[in-house]
Amino acid sequence: MPRRTDLKRVLIIGSGPIVIGQACEFDYSGSQACKALRAEGLEVILVNSNPATIMTDPELADRTYVEPLTPEVVAHIIERERPDALLPTVGGQTGLNLAVDLEKAGVLDTYDVKLIGASIQAIKVAENRQLFKDAMREIGLDVPQSGLARSLAEAVDLARTLGFPLVIRPSFTLGGVGGGIAYNIEEFRDLAERGLELSPVHEILVEESVIGWKEFELEVMRDAADNFVVICSIENVDPMGVHTGDSITVAPILTLTDKEYQRMRDAARRIISRVGVETGGSNIQFAVNPKDGRMVVIEMNPRVSRSSALASKATGFPIAKIAAKLALGYHLDEIPNDITRLTPASFEPTIDYVVVKIPRWNFEKFPQADRTLTTQMKSVGEVMAIGRTFKEAFMKGVRSLELGRSGLLFAAVEMDRGEGGAQGIEAEDDAALRKRLAIPSDRRIWHLFRAIERGWSVDQLHEITNIDPWFLQQFAEIGAMRREAAESGIATISTDQMRRLKRAGFGDQELALALKTSEASVRERRVEQGLNPVYKRVDTCAAEFESFTPYLYSSYETTDRGAGAPGLGDESNPTARPKVVILGSGPNRIGQGIEFDYCCCHAAFALKEEGLETIMINCNPETVSTDYDTADRLYFQPLTFEDVMAVIETERSAGGDVSCLVQFGGQTPLKLALALQAAGVKILGTSPDSIDLAEDRKRFAKLLADLDITQPASGTATSRQEAQAAAATIGFPVVVRPSYVLGGRAMAIVYDVTALDRYMTHAVDASPEHPILVDKFLEDAFEFDVDAIADATGAVVIGGIMEHIEEAGIHSGDSSCVVPPFICPERHLQTIRDYTRRIARALKVVGLMNVQYAIKDNVVYVLEVNPRASRTVPFLSKAAGVSLAKIAAKVMAGRTLGELGLVEDVQVAGVFVKSPVFPFVRFPGVDTILGPEMKSTGEVMGGSTNFGVAFAKAQLSVGQRLPENGTAFVSVNNDDKANLVPIARDLSELGFRLVATRGTAAYLRAYGLQVDVVYKVNEGRPNVADEIVNRKVDIIINTPLGRESFFDDRTVRRAAMMHEVPCITTLTGAAAAVQAIRALRQEGLGVRALQDYYAGIAAARP
Amino acid sequence: MRAILALEDGTWFEGVAAGAQGETSGEVVFNTSMTGYQEVLTDPSYAGQIVTMTCPEIGNYGVSSEDVESRKPQVAGFIIRDESPVASNWRASGTLREYLIANDIVAISDIDTRALTRRLRSGGVMRGVVATGSGLDPAAFVERARSIPQMEGSDLVIGVTSDRAFDWPQEDPDQFGITPARRAKQRLKIAAYDFGMKWNILRRLSAHGCDVRVYPAGTPAAELLVTKPDGVFLSNGPGDPAALPYAIDNARRLVGSDVPVFGICLGHQILGLAMGGKTFKLKFGHRGANHPVKKLETGKVEITSQNHGFAVDPTTLPGDVEVTHLNLYDGTVEGLRHRTRPVFCVQYHPEASPGPHDADYLFDDFLRMIEDR
Repeated sequence: MPRRTDLKRVLIIGSGPIVIGQACEFDYSGSQACKALRAEGLEVILVNSNPATIMTDPELADRTYVEPLTPEVVAHIIERERPDALLPTVGGQTGLNLAVDLEKAGVLDTYDVKLIGASIQAIKVAENRQLFKDAMREIGLDVPQSGLARSLAEAVDLARTLGFPLVIRPSFTLGGVGGGIAYNIEEFRDLAERGLELSPVHEILVEESVIGWKEFELEVMRDAADNFVVICSIENVDPMGVHTGDSITVAPILTLTDKEYQRMRDAARRIISRVGVETGGSNIQFAVNPKDGRMVVIEMNPRVSRSSALASKATGFPIAKIAAKLALGYHLDEIPNDITRLTPASFEPTIDYVVVKIPRWNFEKFPQADRTLTTQMKSVGEVMAIGRTFKEAFMKGVRSLELGRSGLLFAAVEMDRGEGGAQGIEAEDDAALRKRLAIPSDRRIWHLFRAIERGWSVDQLHEITNIDPWFLQQFAEIGAMRREAAESGIATISTDQMRRLKRAGFGDQELALALKTSEASVRERRVEQGLNPVYKRVDTCAAEFESFTPYLYSSYETTDRGAGAPGLGDESNPTARPKVVILGSGPNRIGQGIEFDYCCCHAAFALKEEGLETIMINCNPETVSTDYDTADRLYFQPLTFEDVMAVIETERSAGGDVSCLVQFGGQTPLKLALALQAAGVKILGTSPDSIDLAEDRKRFAKLLADLDITQPASGTATSRQEAQAAAATIGFPVVVRPSYVLGGRAMAIVYDVTALDRYMTHAVDASPEHPILVDKFLEDAFEFDVDAIADATGAVVIGGIMEHIEEAGIHSGDSSCVVPPFICPERHLQTIRDYTRRIARALKVVGLMNVQYAIKDNVVYVLEVNPRASRTVPFLSKAAGVSLAKIAAKVMAGRTLGELGLVEDVQVAGVFVKSPVFPFVRFPGVDTILGPEMKSTGEVMGGSTNFGVAFAKAQLSVGQRLPENGTAFVSVNNDDKANLVPIARDLSELGFRLVATRGTAAYLRAYGLQVDVVYKVNEGRPNVADEIVNRKVDIIINTPLGRESFFDDRTVRRAAMMHEVPCITTLTGAAAAVQAIRALRQEGLGVRALQDYYAGIAAARP
Repeated sequence: MRAILALEDGTWFEGVAAGAQGETSGEVVFNTSMTGYQEVLTDPSYAGQIVTMTCPEIGNYGVSSEDVESRKPQVAGFIIRDESPVASNWRASGTLREYLIANDIVAISDIDTRALTRRLRSGGVMRGVVATGSGLDPAAFVERARSIPQMEGSDLVIGVTSDRAFDWPQEDPDQFGITPARRAKQRLKIAAYDFGMKWNILRRLSAHGCDVRVYPAGTPAAELLVTKPDGVFLSNGPGDPAALPYAIDNARRLVGSDVPVFGICLGHQILGLAMGGKTFKLKFGHRGANHPVKKLETGKVEITSQNHGFAVDPTTLPGDVEVTHLNLYDGTVEGLRHRTRPVFCVQYHPEASPGPHDADYLFDDFLRMIEDR
């Protein structure tokens, strides 16, 4: 059937900022959908608040709105753009929820917008747990016993009937927020209460526990002709009880017989049909009792999901792209399979390798957080690895995590910093280890290998963990192989043994530890033994048909020999063209997220335009960079020296000139730059030596001194004594941090010697070979971020100067910022531009450079220079309509800025504010206060013609809906009281009722302001927290009060977060909020497409 | 213990013995199903063939007495990438290796099965030898592979058909047997030719309300017809259909009678030949559980279980035979129907096992054909 002809304009909703549970997989799926629809000649209108996405590139849609994802704003866009249809299934839970809201508000009806991909009814059945269960029973499928509760009393009644343990799942929340497992009534009450609160409909499902059962997922698709296919089957190594996003998962399913698997497939077919997903993809989860095979349905997502992104990468079948086409009415058999070209998409991919996904957590950022893994997702990213066997894929996956030495499975025990530091592990007795195995945590896999080292049996481990014995057996075999290797030693290890180890996926670094030697000598030895990887293709069909897409993974294979044709083991088939290897950024983590993937993708697009062959190496399945058509060739590989060099050597073997681009993927590739260069790899753009110079405090300080550019007094230290000496010279407060880290890892501001000593004793050795940096902390300074591009001729163009809204002391990634700067005198901006140019030239930067500045007492200081792509590049690119990353990549490939037509500093098209989003809601007990260590997971952009509206939009996009009137609670520390007065006066003039704690109230009253007093949390009831819970407070301005009242503050901030009351913790932020409220009341939000902003700039050009 | 796989094109692979010791030879083919290795091993259609599974992890869930398609493994040999030493499944009664050894099946593991599959895909299926032991001379095994008879023209059915007629016991489907769309209004009497019949066909017929009597392949058609069956079934089986003149002759008689006839796989090819068509050998066959087949009448796509090396050439069919199903991978014939007589057949496996249940409706079609008469 040809596609339906009634659709001309389609609205696609993106998933907004990166948060836990909703990461860049939706940029991948959304981008695919945009491309697929436009390829069909449709006009695409896109809305997404996240500027760091490929999907919001203005070329990807006809109309691109970087606007808040709220029903009001999207309704406004619909009113302007009049789309014929809305595709809500590629924007995660956010997209689905918005579609439901728009329908409920009558917007879709009013403007006659058809939902395509999933109907409202289907969304409701899939999302409402009770409707879903009823539907499953109706079609004869088994589900865990359960009931719904809308109050604590109802919940407790249910608990009595069902018995413990029980699972609590709030209705309509993302990634299982607010869910949990209760083993007793007390735990149950806590969880039930929180769940009821967090559910937007105040409803929870209380469910029979299937903890410990085997967990499976099927990624399925259906078309309008009721054709049904399973794209990928996934098995969770961690059994039921751990959220699938926090589980190690494997594809295909490995421990089900055909009988069991087909029963599951039949069930999936009935489910998608009963729920009523007419076209598109769905994810369906099942649990199977390992004792008797009883199968129950857990849930289904009627949309593309994190798992479907994984499934797409795992099989080579682009689910989102096909889903978009199916939504237009195409049938599966009318769509060709891109990889084989000759066969249709109406088939089930079969794979001849094993895929392992391992989550990446960031608990080190939240020391107070509970590391136990439950039904609520806590990981921030993931890696995927492909191998010919489970062992190979698993070992590749572990080294893809980039956990340094603590990532090594067999690191000496003192390296395990998981918890309690070195002593905790050394003193660990069997009982402690047993407990660590029984309670799942982010470190469980390492605990498991420790238990294997202690000789614990598979049966024993199965009894403790419920992990399927097949997986445990694989782990035990890995353990046994390592033991044998340790007995051999590097000098005597045989080729056979080395081959077995490499075939099991052991990395050179892991082997170096086992063989008690260096990584380099392992490498030397195995090369001597002729052991090099071959590359095989991901082809959807297990080699039944020829593959036309070079989507590759490595494996150590035995070779076919003899007089037949030449060996068919290696399928890399490199070309002799000049090529650039782009190193990606690995798993998402706080400080290194989608922004860097965006830059890598743009590098690939730009270099293709330059006629170069582009080769991407990355291991993050959520990304656009690992889409097989982003670069010319994709190697889905860990980003380690071993794995990257092997690709480069293979690519070189055909004779083409190979260079490497390391500056776009964040710290991951940068860490490899020097080693790659030493191995003779040509690095494009700024030299690794310049990068090192900028990181090396001593060399860098000398450079700035030579340039006569001021920087805060600084020093370095490798010991407690040295740190004390440095601090004494510089004067407190000081900022301390390890060198070569991203996202302010282990960065702190210390005010005295005691704090400094504590820091030096417990500092995390993120990069042990690099010293600790000690800098003067410029209190109350204003901070700026600058991105610039320089070419080989010394030309420098400033991409933009961003002014931080929060004052110094908060990590730049956690700070809201605005472009162009809004309260900075022009002379300082001149100084900033001048410094930026001089530094770029002095460092011989070719490509991107980011500089951070601070201004205090009218002095401009340089805080930091990073001659590489920064987190703000996509934001600036969106604000200006110029792809800085693409221009930089071209410059690195040898073009000049002049040739590219970029001779003047880049102008932005309006006023744009970037604001961060935080994962605090996931981590009960963690304070929400900001500091020098980055904690945000993602960002949004708000745009307008003025600062107030742009800031209001950014706030709205991060979930802070600024009130236009109501009650403002203010409580600030003594230093801030004077500066609070004008803000409080503004609020009062805007008609807000002011409420404050005693001290603040007294201060403000002295300035003639009318202020009501409320109790602090520890003063009595009702106190301010009660007022927040009772929704009697509409906005909170609360700057931290210092240690003595720390817990009081924290309670207020958490209460605000849980009840979604805007809470502002800096005075500059408060001043911005007041401006925003004023602007909102004067002119409202308004919406504007990026294309219209850019047309404005173009028109303004001479 | 070491093992070797040698192919007639001169290539050889070194691996590890994974089953019985000794030497075996046959036509080397690949199967792309990710589940169901035990069903594959016991499918008599694989007689004379050494099968490699493209799925690399094999043996994980062990073997079970319930997951068999005939009395014992039927393959000539087995080739896998990674063998599981343990059997992890609640129904498992033993490991794969124990099973292969007990049934004297020579197997090799730890070789690059993807490189092998690519070789078979580009060079076509080829003869090969698997041998276990140390100090094996590859060249000698290559020669041996070249000396074994070609599959074309040999009657392999004779080795797998039952030696006398028997009744399939009426049984209730177990928890994994899907509920049939419907059961026959009253139990039907089906006579089935056993060319190497998969037991799941019998289970499905039984589940649909049929009492089946199974006959050896060489039984004259008259002997079946005299029992006045409600319908006759022609089963799957190994090898070249053109090498079975007696079966084709019997099929011709059945088509000429008025009894409803249903055929699967080899049974389909035999009916194709009996109705006047010709068959040919495919380059590397269809073996797997993911092949899309289009039912031309509705345009709907079924994901099917497949195992065949020969196919019916549609250009040779007379006008009274209609093509009902096509393979969407390569356009080959997947189903036929006689325009005037109650005869239909499919190339693929509606009984699945291993594979999807999408085509179970064909058993219902058979019932309807019988009941509508």
